Amino acid sequence: MAAPKPKKKTIRTIPQARTPMREQPPLVRATNFDEVTLGYSKEEALLEAERCLMCADQPCQRGCPVGIDIPAFIKKITDKNFHGAYDVITDTNLLPSVCGRVCPQESQCEGVCTVGETLEPVAIGRLERWVGDQAIAGGWANVPYIEPNGLRVGIVGSGPAGMACAADMAKAGCEVTVYEAFHTPGGVLKYGIPDFRLPNAVIDVEIDKLAQLGIKFECNTLVGRLFTVEQMVTEMGYHAVFIGTGAGYPSFMGIPGESLNGVLSANELLTRCNLMRARDFPAFDTPLAPGKRVAVIGAGNTAMDAMRVSLRLGAEKVMCIYRRTRAEAPARIEEIHHAGEEGVDFQWLTSPVEILGDVTKRVRAIRCIRMELGEPDASGRRRPVPVAGSEFEIEVDSVVYAIGTNANPILGQTSKLALDKRGYIATDESLATSIPGVYAGGDIVTGAATVIQAMGAGRKAARGMKAWLGLRDTESIYAEPGEAAEGPFGIHPQERNHARVRIA
Amino acid sequence: MAAPGQESGFEIVARKDFSDATYLLEVRHPMMARAARPGQFAIVMPHEHGERIPLTLADFDPAKGTVTFVIQAVGKTTREMQLEARAGSRLFAVVGPMGIPSHLGASKKVVCVGGGLGVAPTYPQARACKQAGAYVIGVVGFRNKALMFWEDKFRAVCDELIVCTDDGSAGIKGLVTAGIAQAIAKHADIDEVIAIGPPVMMKGCAEATRAKGIRTMVSLNPVMVDGTGMCGGCRVKVGESVKFACVDGPDFDGHQVDFDDLMARLARYRPEEKAALERWQDSCRLAGRTEVS
Repeated sequence: MAAPKPKKKTIRTIPQARTPMREQPPLVRATNFDEVTLGYSKEEALLEAERCLMCADQPCQRGCPVGIDIPAFIKKITDKNFHGAYDVITDTNLLPSVCGRVCPQESQCEGVCTVGETLEPVAIGRLERWVGDQAIAGGWANVPYIEPNGLRVGIVGSGPAGMACAADMAKAGCEVTVYEAFHTPGGVLKYGIPDFRLPNAVIDVEIDKLAQLGIKFECNTLVGRLFTVEQMVTEMGYHAVFIGTGAGYPSFMGIPGESLNGVLSANELLTRCNLMRARDFPAFDTPLAPGKRVAVIGAGNTAMDAMRVSLRLGAEKVMCIYRRTRAEAPARIEEIHHAGEEGVDFQWLTSPVEILGDVTKRVRAIRCIRMELGEPDASGRRRPVPVAGSEFEIEVDSVVYAIGTNANPILGQTSKLALDKRGYIATDESLATSIPGVYAGGDIVTGAATVIQAMGAGRKAARGMKAWLGLRDTESIYAEPGEAAEGPFGIHPQERNHARVRIA
Repeated sequence: MAAPGQESGFEIVARKDFSDATYLLEVRHPMMARAARPGQFAIVMPHEHGERIPLTLADFDPAKGTVTFVIQAVGKTTREMQLEARAGSRLFAVVGPMGIPSHLGASKKVVCVGGGLGVAPTYPQARACKQAGAYVIGVVGFRNKALMFWEDKFRAVCDELIVCTDDGSAGIKGLVTAGIAQAIAKHADIDEVIAIGPPVMMKGCAEATRAKGIRTMVSLNPVMVDGTGMCGGCRVKVGESVKFACVDGPDFDGHQVDFDDLMARLARYRPEEKAALERWQDSCRLAGRTEVS
């Protein structure tokens, strides 16, 4: 009997259990800012890659906001062609180490994975991160061949939306300059997301890759005030502009006591701790008065970050105050799980009514009221309603607001950009704004969302900008000449101009 | 602070000391010099491990391509800059102009009031009012004559100048509110008072004009981090609402501002600021550097 042909993988033949990722133990990691999850080893990555069925449908690619060819990169991993896997990912996403860490895969690629219908889905995010980290460790750079086209593109904001747009425009041959108001590029990846979820060193490597594409970063530049968007497209000579400034104007509730000392936004806490390194005060000059008993209001990803940062800054007790239940909490399941493991006390169905201070105008307690879920509201979630007579006080010395942000007003104040009724920048389907040649995307258009959604918006705007600039066919991927040998007679199948001859 | 000759950062082109605590830095930044308007501020981060501090623009010269800050050495950052900044050295980061420019030009007769360090950023306001054709009365206040600066610059743009000193060593003896009272007594048709200085001084100015109902604009300088509306650390109570001084201000109607709230919030990192200053002074002594006051 002949040797059996390698069988097609089925749901029964693949490794049944999702390969777990090693983590720092909760009580250890809650005392340091090192990364919580330690990533896969090569063996673990190979094992997990085996779990991909290579199904014909490939729903994962459609589930990815930037459309990474996920089965193709996993196939390269199983073939042990790790650099090849990196090449596949970077065809569409220049930041695999970032996205592998912070994307909400459970609601994107992994949420629609075919394996996930029966077993746990393939750990696509962990594999992407592993490939990205191999590239960092190996110093791989995937600098595509770029044909300069003489067009100049200005990008406002160096966060995920701006970076993704900048990468696409640079690859299309444009001369790209990215403006950043802070003294260092990265936007929310730097000031917002803490090091234990996304180390700054990883971001710097990824930004360096953008610089290798010829993208220039101009920091310490507040667009709108140093020069206007209109000036960019007129006297500064930019042929197209992308605005990705983020939402950034934190919301408060308007309850009594919010100006007491010890009340701050999650953005302020995170910026002081992460970007300004107040956690290393006094070696760094920015102060931060860390709370011993901290109440964080809200249950989104930012709230989880604020709580976990507070623990690491030495808080003895950190509470999450959220008016709905765990089921409605907007944070990723993994983040809530991690926060819980580290000792966060979740006060579900609880809403603050007043923050109480002492004579020195410092926070001493927060008065809350219990809630219950009533009828569904416009968002489809059951509306929380207060339970009469259930008010109670919690002793705290710090209150952190993480209940979302409003539109940043600077560009609205300084340009004629049309805004929507909430103050965000109004765009059409292609993300074009009311000023010709000016596009916008990310949180400043949609309101607060995720890193990968912002990157998706940056790429979508780049498509619009390329169409506006008359750049065509820039997304066809340049293939190494060596691969041409794969086709018949040395002709690459993607080559369009070879004659197809059918031989009877 | 970055070493002299290093390419990155922002070059200090001139330094001048007004007293043992107050000094002027002129920084090369041609784009900001062109874009800046009276009432705006910048954020300065002296070195890579430094903090970001908001400083109101004291002057800007598009022809020279420079912006000017007048700084009082009070905390660790400002004392360290006082010790290390000199012509030719560089600041790690300078970003601006920030904030909404002052709305000037509508008033025909204006009193521009500067107290202490606030005298410096009052100057571009007085100059702009004068250029807009207003009758400008300057009121500048210092603790004593030795601390005075820029009298000549003010005289050049003011129709009248009232100097106030706490001890009477120059001009009239008393606070700037005494100067405002003198101006109001002489002129019945004052449209606007612009007051810049320590919160307690601006509060006094607002009280001095409240009864007469004279429009009084104050420039607030609360604790900030980014200066772009992102952190909300600079929130201030103005009337019934909460505003972010960095993007909604820094100018507000002085009759509406809750100054007590502002002063309490300015104190919120005081223990940390004190610890940082003491630690830094100890390290200076250990390093045998010049003793700082």
